[in-house]
Amino acid sequence: MYSNGFFLVTVFFLAVLAATKPMGAYMAQVFEGRRTFLHPLIRPLERLVYRLCGVEEEREQIWTQYAGAMLMFSIVPLLLTYLIERLQGWLPFNPQGFGSKLMPPDLAFNTAASFTTNTNWQAYVPETTVSYFTNMVGLATHNFFSAAVGIAIAVALVRGFARHSAQRIGNFWVDVTRATLYVLLPLSVVFALVLVSQGVIQNFSPYTVVKTVEGGTQTIAQGPVASQEAIKMLGTNGGGFFNANSAHPFENPTPLTNFLQTFSIFLIPAGLTYTFGRMVKDTRQGWALFGAMSVLFLAGVGVTMWAEQSGNPVLADLGVRQDATATQPGGNMEGKEVRFGIPASALFAVVTTDASCGAVNSMHDSFTPLGGLVPLVNIQLGEVVFGGVGAGLYGMLMFAILAVFIAGLMVGRTPEYLGKKIEQKEVKMVMLAALVLAGAILIPAAASSVAQFAKNSYLNPPGVAAANTNNGGPHGLSEMLYAYTSAAGNNGSAFAGINANTPWYNLTIGMSMLIGRFLMIIPLLAVAGSLAAKKMIPVSAGTLPTHNGLFVALLVGVVVIVGALTYFPALALGPIVEHLLMYQRVLWS
Amino acid sequence: MTVETPVAEIPEVSILPSKRRRSRPLFDPPIVRRAIGDSFRKLNPALMAKNPVMFVVEIGAALTTFLTLRDVFTGAHGLGFGFQITLWLWFTVLFANFAEAMAEGRGKAQADTLRRTKTETMAKKARAGGEYEVVPAAQLRRDDVVVCEPGDIVPGDGEVIEGIASVDESAITGESAPVIRESGGDRSAVTGGTKVLSDLIRVRITSNPGETFLDRMIALVEGAERQKTPNEIALNIVIAGLTLVFLLAVVTLMPFASYSVAASGSGSVPSVAVLVSLLVCLIPTTIGGLLSAIGIAGMDRVMQHNVLAMSGKAVEAAGDVNTLLLDKTGTITLGNRQATEFVPVDGVSEAHLADAAQLSSLADETPEGRSIVVLAKERYGLRGREVAHDAHFIEFTAQTRMSGVDMEGRRVRKGAVESIVQFVRSNGGTVPEELTGTADRIARAGGTPLAVADGGHALGVIHLKDVVKGGMRERFAQLREIGIRTVMITGDNPLTAAAIAAEAGVDDFLAQATPKDKMDLIKREQAGGRLVAMTGDGTNDAPALAQADVGVAMNTGTMAAKEAGNMVDLDSNPTKLIEIVAIGKQLLMTRGALTTFSIANDVAKYFAILPAMFTVTYPAIARLNVMGLRNPQSAILAAVIFNALIIIALVPLALRGIKYRPLPAGALLRRNLLVYGLGGVIAPFPGIWLIDRLLGILGWA
Repeated sequence: MYSNGFFLVTVFFLAVLAATKPMGAYMAQVFEGRRTFLHPLIRPLERLVYRLCGVEEEREQIWTQYAGAMLMFSIVPLLLTYLIERLQGWLPFNPQGFGSKLMPPDLAFNTAASFTTNTNWQAYVPETTVSYFTNMVGLATHNFFSAAVGIAIAVALVRGFARHSAQRIGNFWVDVTRATLYVLLPLSVVFALVLVSQGVIQNFSPYTVVKTVEGGTQTIAQGPVASQEAIKMLGTNGGGFFNANSAHPFENPTPLTNFLQTFSIFLIPAGLTYTFGRMVKDTRQGWALFGAMSVLFLAGVGVTMWAEQSGNPVLADLGVRQDATATQPGGNMEGKEVRFGIPASALFAVVTTDASCGAVNSMHDSFTPLGGLVPLVNIQLGEVVFGGVGAGLYGMLMFAILAVFIAGLMVGRTPEYLGKKIEQKEVKMVMLAALVLAGAILIPAAASSVAQFAKNSYLNPPGVAAANTNNGGPHGLSEMLYAYTSAAGNNGSAFAGINANTPWYNLTIGMSMLIGRFLMIIPLLAVAGSLAAKKMIPVSAGTLPTHNGLFVALLVGVVVIVGALTYFPALALGPIVEHLLMYQRVLWS
Repeated sequence: MTVETPVAEIPEVSILPSKRRRSRPLFDPPIVRRAIGDSFRKLNPALMAKNPVMFVVEIGAALTTFLTLRDVFTGAHGLGFGFQITLWLWFTVLFANFAEAMAEGRGKAQADTLRRTKTETMAKKARAGGEYEVVPAAQLRRDDVVVCEPGDIVPGDGEVIEGIASVDESAITGESAPVIRESGGDRSAVTGGTKVLSDLIRVRITSNPGETFLDRMIALVEGAERQKTPNEIALNIVIAGLTLVFLLAVVTLMPFASYSVAASGSGSVPSVAVLVSLLVCLIPTTIGGLLSAIGIAGMDRVMQHNVLAMSGKAVEAAGDVNTLLLDKTGTITLGNRQATEFVPVDGVSEAHLADAAQLSSLADETPEGRSIVVLAKERYGLRGREVAHDAHFIEFTAQTRMSGVDMEGRRVRKGAVESIVQFVRSNGGTVPEELTGTADRIARAGGTPLAVADGGHALGVIHLKDVVKGGMRERFAQLREIGIRTVMITGDNPLTAAAIAAEAGVDDFLAQATPKDKMDLIKREQAGGRLVAMTGDGTNDAPALAQADVGVAMNTGTMAAKEAGNMVDLDSNPTKLIEIVAIGKQLLMTRGALTTFSIANDVAKYFAILPAMFTVTYPAIARLNVMGLRNPQSAILAAVIFNALIIIALVPLALRGIKYRPLPAGALLRRNLLVYGLGGVIAPFPGIWLIDRLLGILGWA
């Protein structure tokens, strides 16, 4: 079984490695405004968009204008989506007749915030709550736009490094248009067709009602799945068409689709590291980030796979075999699709949380404590291991700035990264972003762990908020912690095991998502603006090298130590102690 | 007359900070005593608030003090633990204060010495008609003129407008050999507090009381004007930000703990004292406590090299310098050209040429002239000799461009080749082609040819050469290793400059440099994002000194130069620029090393404190107690004590700076990451374990 896992991870990693350069080089061409092979096809369309929207292509923006445009492009659709959800009963493409009652204000807010922020946390059960119209117009559009925003922000930050003595960092509208038209759309079309060829459904039919073998009736949900599925993965969105997400056979029917879905999560984020290297005119810098990400990725996969394959000692005591044999997978198979088994489930879980995707093909809640710890930590580190489209790169660059600042002094110069001095303004913004992320996770999670509600409270059923979890003890704490971690990190995967569809959770989680997205992006755009204005210091033997193995080790160290130090107390009372207790055979209901 | 051989003084050079003339022992008892007192004075919250990290510790200490006092009255148990935690939290604050006070104390001690020279000087203020009146120095204003006689203390900063005198500047520079100050030129500035040893000078005062050089120096070393440097502010933001993050982690731990206690049904939520202990251990107190001490000590180290930095920013900038502009004369070469070779024309012996050359130079007091005499003596045993009374010495002038002697019917001359050629012709001789050929060859090699003639006979050429100081080549190679480019500035022609540049091993040179050329070069470098350091002393250097990122003015230089630069070298040794760069780098490295160490330390503290906090709630968590600490109270106490002691243990490192090696950045990073990063992760484990055992032996916890 380990050899199976080893093989899968190796093939997967090599595939990502092979795709990074071509993907990255292509995106660099797109965002530097150079001609690509898709120009004959897409350029007219691009011009049309600019003409319709009144965008002046050549006119670049200073960082505040860029941030303003980004906010406008997020807040207006946020409100529109809210309205669509609330009004879906009166809107077309609603064969099941889902009414507005299914989307009360708190849930509609949560869902609108979720899709706007590229989180795709789903507090609702899609196939019994939202119409096709809501799904496609209200939600799926965000899958493109929120991903495009992420890419645009990353590109703007990279321009901050690449330019010198400049005021402007690009045009937001142009970047978003190009990200959508040249990157997300063509890839999605191709990927959707591949998915359809493998059996993913794509229709507008009403749900099918069938008689089962046992004589009962079963309603089988239908819909335009493939088109949403492609962008769900490529845009690291993760919001499934069905509640079961990528564990559902209509979303993810075959081992090949499973592999491609996992791969497509990393495709753009990995490519962006190369784009970064290209744009700052030193591809080694991009590969260094890729290297640091790879180390963290492989470590995470290793731990999760090992933990899941080791299984549960309590079951072993009961005489259940935990080792793999020719006829059974061994280990912890609870909550996993038999079709995928432990390696493909563990890999998917790690990849989806390394990136801010949040699609799942297994129940993270059912993982062993350590197996579940890895996805949780992945998100808490800021999803910088390849990460969300764009978000992973700008998150990692944030850590790189911090690493350079802390350790860079040790070479006897004031810190500089890629020829730019890292000074007050940059570290202030980076620390602000780090603080915001920690606050958006820890404060509401702590509040939920002790919150109590009165009898007729609108917010939550009476009693403690922690009662919404399915489990007591440390695992219950993990479930709450995971919910807010997933929200603030804009991941959207659910540990599950918690009834998060109450006004209390919908509102607090919704706020976490908005804070975790916009209060991260705005400081980073400020960094981009400040960096762009600086002079470029030429490289010398006295410059801290940021393209070699030593820097990779330093970067990994800073990511792990800064991340781990922040969350270690909370983790110790959740998954860590749960793991220790499991080996002492202490169980919780 | 007898001419003695001058001895060329070649200073010992190394890129490492050399011996410190003003150094005092690290823990000088009077300074320590004063620092201990100051540690308590600095507890004042208004002062403390300037250091966010230590301010948090102080609030925590105050909080636990309050709770312990409350427990004293309510008679709660566990008093001993709370008391000890409180005590060590206060120690943490005091130790950090002590570090800062020590750094300041060393500066203050220096200021006191300076202040002593300032007391009660009387000035002889000149009046019309050559008279003067005696007034206290404090009453002097700018543009007053004073008279200084031998034995007088110069009453204020000024410029010599009349006369020449030797002055003892040891009060300012620590250098006991007197220096010459004279009106006009670049040696006209005198500093208040120095003592005139010979001759009478008239001095125009250039600064008002309270603004003199001495006043500024006192203010600087005392740290009264100390402002945080840009990098220090940025670092403060990072550690304050980390403090907030940890505050968040610890504050939210309380609800998580109460959830866990409710879930497991045993244990209790950690007390405030325990949570404060965890917080104090996690926030970067090591660097927070030592940061300002590092900065002050860096300034102090510059001072110990007899360099006066006008701001900490300049010292920091020195570490970042990419390009060093070095004046050729005095910095790269030994002040002046020296004779190295006699090249006679055909038919003349070398000894004959040497003899004539020496004769012509006997009265030549220029270093070049003296070096000719020395060379003749060394090579051909020609001693200084008695010269006939009728000898008539011809001095060098800009018009004739030659010097020599007329005696015993001979007319011996040496000088510029063209001048000698004319001289020979005018005496009816002919000049062999060879002579000009040799002269050209010498010029191309970077030397200066001086032709020698005796009446109508051209004898040959003296090869004068710039002698590069010993060890400079190695030094420039070291600078190249650490990524610093050296540019030689010289007034020589490009040919000569290129030859010397090649010999000294500088990266580039600027020949026939005018002040404007120099300025343009600086601006060009800066436009390319490079930081430039230079030295200068003349008034015409002032604009460039002001433009450079690090401008070191020589103390012998003019007031204008000193005002324009951001450092003054009291020894007036231009080579010291290289040491200043090393000190700047050392300052930054010390900051980085202690920050890294401080953060890396946290890992072990978690493993000490977290299991201790929750061992009753979840006994299984004892597995995380990897150090095998004896009991929860001892574990927490040991972590807090370690955290406090590490500050005091690192005070010497903060004051002295970490060891600086001239290595490329990659090698430095690897080394320092290993020592302070990995070392910082590992070191606390045995440290905390040891304290835990000691607490057991002492029976304190």
